[in-house]
Amino acid sequence: MPVEIPVEKWAGKVNEVKLGGNGRKSIVIGGETTLPFLKIDGAMPHRPAIAVEVDDVMPADWSPHLIAAWGDALEDPAVWAKKAAEYGADIIALTLDSAHPERGNTGAAEAKKTVEKVLAAVDLPVIIIGPDVAEKDNEVLIAASSVGRGQRLALGNCVDKNYRSVAAACIADGHVAIAKTPIDINLAKQLNILICDIGLAPDAILMDPTTGGLGYGIEYTYSVMERLRLAALIGDKMTSMPMICNVGEESWRQKEARATSGVPATWGDHQERALAWEGITAVSLLNSGADIVVLQHPRTIALIKDAISKLMA
Amino acid sequence: MALSGIEIYKHLPKTNCKKCGFPTCLAFAMKVSQKAIAITACTDLSETARAALEAASRPPIRLITIGGDSRKVEVGNEVVMFRHEKTFYHPPGLMIKLKDTAPLEATLKTVDEVANLVIDRVGLKLSLDGFAIQNESKDAATFARCVEAVKAKADLPLVLMSPDPAAMEAALEKSARSRPLIYAATKDNWEKMAELAKKHSCPLVASEPASLDELAALTQKLNQAGVEDLVLDPGPQGFSSSLNTLTQLRRLALKKSFRPLGYPIITFPAETTGSPEEEVLLAGQQIAKYAGIIVLSRFSPATAYPLLTMRLNMYTDPQKPIQMSPGIYPIGAPKPSSPLCVTTNFSLTYFSVATELEASGFPSWLLVCDTEGLSVLTAWAAGKFDAEKIAKSVKAFNVEASISHRSIIIPGRVAVLRGELEEELQGWKIMVGPPEAMEIGSYLKRYWTN
Repeated sequence: MPVEIPVEKWAGKVNEVKLGGNGRKSIVIGGETTLPFLKIDGAMPHRPAIAVEVDDVMPADWSPHLIAAWGDALEDPAVWAKKAAEYGADIIALTLDSAHPERGNTGAAEAKKTVEKVLAAVDLPVIIIGPDVAEKDNEVLIAASSVGRGQRLALGNCVDKNYRSVAAACIADGHVAIAKTPIDINLAKQLNILICDIGLAPDAILMDPTTGGLGYGIEYTYSVMERLRLAALIGDKMTSMPMICNVGEESWRQKEARATSGVPATWGDHQERALAWEGITAVSLLNSGADIVVLQHPRTIALIKDAISKLMA
Repeated sequence: MALSGIEIYKHLPKTNCKKCGFPTCLAFAMKVSQKAIAITACTDLSETARAALEAASRPPIRLITIGGDSRKVEVGNEVVMFRHEKTFYHPPGLMIKLKDTAPLEATLKTVDEVANLVIDRVGLKLSLDGFAIQNESKDAATFARCVEAVKAKADLPLVLMSPDPAAMEAALEKSARSRPLIYAATKDNWEKMAELAKKHSCPLVASEPASLDELAALTQKLNQAGVEDLVLDPGPQGFSSSLNTLTQLRRLALKKSFRPLGYPIITFPAETTGSPEEEVLLAGQQIAKYAGIIVLSRFSPATAYPLLTMRLNMYTDPQKPIQMSPGIYPIGAPKPSSPLCVTTNFSLTYFSVATELEASGFPSWLLVCDTEGLSVLTAWAAGKFDAEKIAKSVKAFNVEASISHRSIIIPGRVAVLRGELEEELQGWKIMVGPPEAMEIGSYLKRYWTN
């Protein structure tokens, strides 16, 4: 018997956002006119990208499996970024963690140097993330912005406390802002409106809906992302920005991925569990609308790259 | 699909006879749609109307039960495409595949390990659901022996996998009372498999990889043969086809009320993936995207744990965060001089903090405030976790009677509350704890002195 497949026709479209260019490799993400990978309803013109986290200081508390996988590269962000590119990164996500008041409190001068070094080391598009303290974010992101002028970096985090200065830097130097809000569809939309109001183009904004790792609130992130994407497809321009998820950090900082001892035997092999933790978080959020996933482990990069190819097929 | 009051009203006699106890047929219809009264309270309903209403009130995806009285898996009866629209009700069964060609001793060891795997998470016990036993030997007696031995070791829900009705019959003789799922009826063997399903009252998989058209044709044949409890196998599904096919099936059931495909779906993620790591990722996708039974090719606690967690998360009711009751909780065996920490009553927050306190080596008191199930930052942002709330909780739960000191550790994420809390709790020392629960142990070692 012939089965008539119900097809959803959407009026809206996710914005296409370009990163890189001007001598640097470029990448375009977004542009969907369908829910993630559902080709029966519409098009997904660009594959979701894999960004790989590179920190400007040796991470103090990483899982031994991450440390073993990256080795000495962790000591130098330029070496680390090159290695990430070899492992298949589409984008480098440079985190200026040393600017955190409690983890070095470095400032604009150091940030400039680090960003210059990483930009010189790889030709991939680059995301710059501040230490997640609004004032320090302003300081180092504005420094990074001028160094990377014209190379269309993505700068984050752009939050309610600092969006004016980050957005202004993006306008001045031709970058993309990462608008981050705490797992809430209304706050996400509101921040997009505020950023657009001061003149940054909608196609220069990415949304970070805040990632909850597997077992630590992934269901909230998953559903907020589905709602944001459905709103975009219905035609809401202020939720039509592509989404970025910080999968690696939110997976590997959990006890299930990090703790090496003192856990129940029923948890099984540590590395296998930790990799599954990051991988399942990534696949789930790709399925709920992530256009960029930031990953940490080299093995996950390969696995997710392959999974994305298969989902796009 | 639940009918609206108006849709029900169309089928009523519209006489306003009041025999049902309501003043009008419309008022009665509204009550029926709210499930406040059964449609049978209308004594004048015509046969055709009754049949139409009953058909319409059947769930769009049939609820299928696998397993006996001791342990069972119930799948199907889902009503939404997205969990935020309502909730996902019946978590997919996670089954481990066993082959009847493997040495029995090794098989039973796995059975034992799977049956005894219990992971404690946020106060819930997470376990795998059962086994899918494959008749790899193609021998009926071997299959039946394996099924019998597995069942004797652990009476968990089973999927019996054989294309051969004779082997299936032999295995059912040993296990039918625990209602295993029969895998599978195909276009070649469906008549005999339907007979077995009816004879033993077991649910049956309809397997047809060719197309959804052919799958629907097969389920209709099985319905006509008298088998109603079906599970669909649309054939091997990789990442993309699994997402697309399973979404189509869910849509057909929910949006078109298409009965022939209104059944839960069984998947075998290993069939299309190249490694155990990849199998786990696809299984993870299928938990969120519409599988009813997921058969895993191997057992590993390291991957069972994240999959069980994924299932727990996706099938949590989004409208009801899991909450702890507010109060003062002893962690370990605290003394009056032990540390006092405060947090919110979102269960995940509570368990993160409690787990770390327990591991810290410092028996402690944990004051849990009623934040309506919100986590620390969310509750703070919503005005449900402020200095006043903490101070009130200290009084309400008579904390001062439990402890001899006057120090309270607040979550680092709400360090901003410190000043106000000093005002609210006169004479207390307000300590700002770490922002992450994981750092509680090192924090106490550094800052807590009796």
